Amino acid sequence: MAEFWTGYALPTVITVAQILAIVVPLLLAVAYYTYAERKVLAWAQLRKGPNVVGPFGLLQPIADAVKLLMKETVIPSGANRIVFVAAPMLTFVLALIAWAVIPFDVGLVLADINVGILYLFAISSLGVYGVIMAGWASNSKYAFLGALRSAAQMVSYEVSIGFVIVCVLLLAGSLNLTQIVVAQDRGWGFLGWNWLPLLPMFVVFLVSMLAETNRAPFDLPEGESELVAGFFVEYSSMSFALFFLGEYANMLLMSGMTAVLFLGGWLPPVDVAPFTWIPGPVWFALKIALVAFLFLWVRATFPRYRYDQLMRLGWKVFLPLSLFWLVLTAGVLVAMGWLPE
Amino acid sequence: MALLDRTARSWLLSELVAGMALTLKTMFKPPVTLNYPYEKGPLSPRFRGEHALRRYPNGEERCIACKLCEAVCPALAITIEAEPREDGSRRTTRYDIDMTKCIYCGFCQEACPVDAIVEGPNFEFAVETREELFYDKERLLANGDRWEPQLAKNLELDAPYR
Repeated sequence: MAEFWTGYALPTVITVAQILAIVVPLLLAVAYYTYAERKVLAWAQLRKGPNVVGPFGLLQPIADAVKLLMKETVIPSGANRIVFVAAPMLTFVLALIAWAVIPFDVGLVLADINVGILYLFAISSLGVYGVIMAGWASNSKYAFLGALRSAAQMVSYEVSIGFVIVCVLLLAGSLNLTQIVVAQDRGWGFLGWNWLPLLPMFVVFLVSMLAETNRAPFDLPEGESELVAGFFVEYSSMSFALFFLGEYANMLLMSGMTAVLFLGGWLPPVDVAPFTWIPGPVWFALKIALVAFLFLWVRATFPRYRYDQLMRLGWKVFLPLSLFWLVLTAGVLVAMGWLPE
Repeated sequence: MALLDRTARSWLLSELVAGMALTLKTMFKPPVTLNYPYEKGPLSPRFRGEHALRRYPNGEERCIACKLCEAVCPALAITIEAEPREDGSRRTTRYDIDMTKCIYCGFCQEACPVDAIVEGPNFEFAVETREELFYDKERLLANGDRWEPQLAKNLELDAPYR
């Protein structure tokens, strides 16, 4: 019995506590990210944004969540019920479980696995299933078209994301995310992080990440003007909320990936006294916030791409560019003898 | 050379960066929003809002039941019935406006020879049931009593232009 407690129950409790310590702040961040989006868009359009519920409208996300919870879940009669209900859960769960491998500081990671980046890449690729299932199970033409667009788009941009990640791997010499961050500590502060040596790839990654999360200007899967709301047009209440939260959690996840791969994770931007006093997780959160703001900034700036432009950019520009840069990176590393162990 | 210039610009994303700089600059400008329920915009004296029936300063109602407003109303929203009062003056016994029909054209106040029916500055009279929008004479007179200072001032301000 004692062995059961120390060998099984205690580790389970600790793991669950760790999971909660990640998921609860994450969900709060997601809720307030929706608020931030409305505020940033409002500022860019010379509006005020939500400002009535609570001070500065800070309780708006909570009011929205309660409103969605109170609503009736409508399942269309033509829908495949099981898949229809499972799709939003899948999207949401996939957006959450990817955080297991994100390192918040040295050793401060739920699962310090050696193939962290592959896991992350696999999870973010699986995200397309939630979309496809939702679009197919809804049995509605708008949802179906949205899902088809989304699938094609996410698959196309995953290819170049993959090559960008390989470039990062070459510099770090490891698939472990903690190692990738540590490898960026080149002693030059923020100039040594991967974004500068791999600048074109950094831009490719940022753009592909917009396409991967179906965000503006690549939000064709939900293109309001032609597809109403795209793949989640038939969803309501909590199932809609799960899609909504999943989308924003995915955006934060992509911001986290950018921070880890290109912006030096928890490393302070300058390696001198006042900056090094601030704990790593704070730097990490600030970097995530920076990239997350970029998502909103881009949305406030650019109009939606046409579908053929989207495909042209993915296959004819990003794919050759990232392939070329991969070969270049590898060549330079070998020629200069900079290959990591 | 033009080709080189164009290519360099497109690869350096110069237009995208310029666009993003513009939105970033805009984010720091003060919003132009009117914080509506707390702040309100200016209204012209000619604003045509909720209807009101006015009275003379001695409390006598102005309307003499000439039915010009009823005749001119393009939406047929006004219904008037009238008969002589005990003192012999001609007054309405019924003056209804169906606010769901009214198109707020202002013809009724133009037609009125005694400035009895007017459209006031009030536009916040939303209600929860349709029935509440069928205004009767009492309701219109009450509106008149409530808004009289404003109504009189608006008529006076607009008088030089008519």
